[in-house]
Amino acid sequence: MNPRLTLATARRVLAQIRHDHRTMGLLVGVPSLLMTLLWWIYDGGRIFDQIGAPLLGIFPLVIMFLITSVTTLRERTSGTLERLMTMPIRRADFVLGYAIALGFAALVQTTIVATYAIVVLDLQVAGPEWMLVGISVLSAVLGVVMGLAASSLARTEFQAVQFMPALILPQLLLCGLLVPRELMPPVAEAISDFLPLSYAVDAVKEVARSPDPTIAFQVGIIWVFILGLLLLGIGTLRRRSA
Amino acid sequence: MVVDRLSVVRGSTTALRDVRFTLEPGTLTGLLGPSGAGKTTLMRAIVGVQIITSGSVTVLGRPAGSAPLRSRVGYVTQNPSVYPDLTVGENLRYFARILGAPASDVDRVVEEVQLRGQAEQVVSTLSGGERSRVSLATALLGRPELLVLDEPTVGLDPVLRRDLWELFGRLAERGVTLLVSSHVMDEATRCHRLLLLRQAELLADGSLAELQRLTGQSEPEQVFLHLIDNDPQGQGPNGDGDPADGQGAA
Repeated sequence: MNPRLTLATARRVLAQIRHDHRTMGLLVGVPSLLMTLLWWIYDGGRIFDQIGAPLLGIFPLVIMFLITSVTTLRERTSGTLERLMTMPIRRADFVLGYAIALGFAALVQTTIVATYAIVVLDLQVAGPEWMLVGISVLSAVLGVVMGLAASSLARTEFQAVQFMPALILPQLLLCGLLVPRELMPPVAEAISDFLPLSYAVDAVKEVARSPDPTIAFQVGIIWVFILGLLLLGIGTLRRRSA
Repeated sequence: MVVDRLSVVRGSTTALRDVRFTLEPGTLTGLLGPSGAGKTTLMRAIVGVQIITSGSVTVLGRPAGSAPLRSRVGYVTQNPSVYPDLTVGENLRYFARILGAPASDVDRVVEEVQLRGQAEQVVSTLSGGERSRVSLATALLGRPELLVLDEPTVGLDPVLRRDLWELFGRLAERGVTLLVSSHVMDEATRCHRLLLLRQAELLADGSLAELQRLTGQSEPEQVFLHLIDNDPQGQGPNGDGDPADGQGAA
């Protein structure tokens, strides 16, 4: 790994996002709009607080997953990845460059949306609000690394988009948002133990309910998933192909 | 650069069969052949991104694709492989950083492909010919010793094509080894040597003058067609199916 090449790649990816004004608007606008709709249909009440807190991380996760898998796949189909693979850049530099750039985009996006939800929509949690923002950012970063790992499975952008319902929606059903995990059928609960989103939602619920939340365990597990998925993304990138 | 008994089998199709040739430093070699003949596969093998079935490719004394070669070999893919949503300058500065090339290199290559006026333009707003020149400029960064160019002049007007071939000639004089694929036969006159690939095999190898003598044709296009039409290997409908065929040809 070479930090100079990793950072050059991260800067390049951010420059690409910066050139695309519409994407920048969508990145921040869409989750804010969704939070507003949620606030509206629940009339800003207690249910909004209960569902809004976990969704604050889930909306950016879905968006970052899609953006990541499509941008990295575009790199494969356009031939720029093949060109880079003939150059002195390591696979880790490439994947980490993407992770840093899109992780930064996720940080900006989620911080803006969370601030909007807390200040304007008056989303309330019992614990400290910075913890809610922090977990939401981690969820969005999870979306980035899941997208990086998934893009190696997809051959076309068409397939990449379909990995969203295939990989994210099952996690959404099993993460404890609709039914508390301990009330699910035992097999479903056991499966949910192996899905990263479950820990993000567990942590958010803890922050929502307790004025003095302990979430070190959940945050630790989320980091293990983030690092594991990064390694998977690096390992599945191939310099040579048929 | 030495290609020795190189074969590439992809699924049930043979992309390259027992190809062998050597390129001397400072030469400009044209790689010709009908589409589907294996030109791109051969070039990919030389830059080290192609999984090869058997044989070997040695570049500047090392196996193709090995780490020390990655800043000494320039490669241009058939479709312009640059970032369409970045400016010409942003593209070149990024690739220059990856190659460890000096920042001054960006101005030099922009000059060489005649894109001075477009340097701060976003690539997606350029014409097709301009885009492929950005891709070519990228390959010139860091002054590589071997340049592998896959149809770099496709879609360019005659004036630009002439200018680029003059650039290739100057690079060869400087000692750069170039392998340039093309299907515009007139461009063959610019090359020191020609390799003709047909149905995964190397059909002819020599200077244009030698091939003209061999075929008794004077026009490059006729030389090419004559070689293809009189190739006993490609005549039979199932000539490719029998593995013994390949042996017989070698």
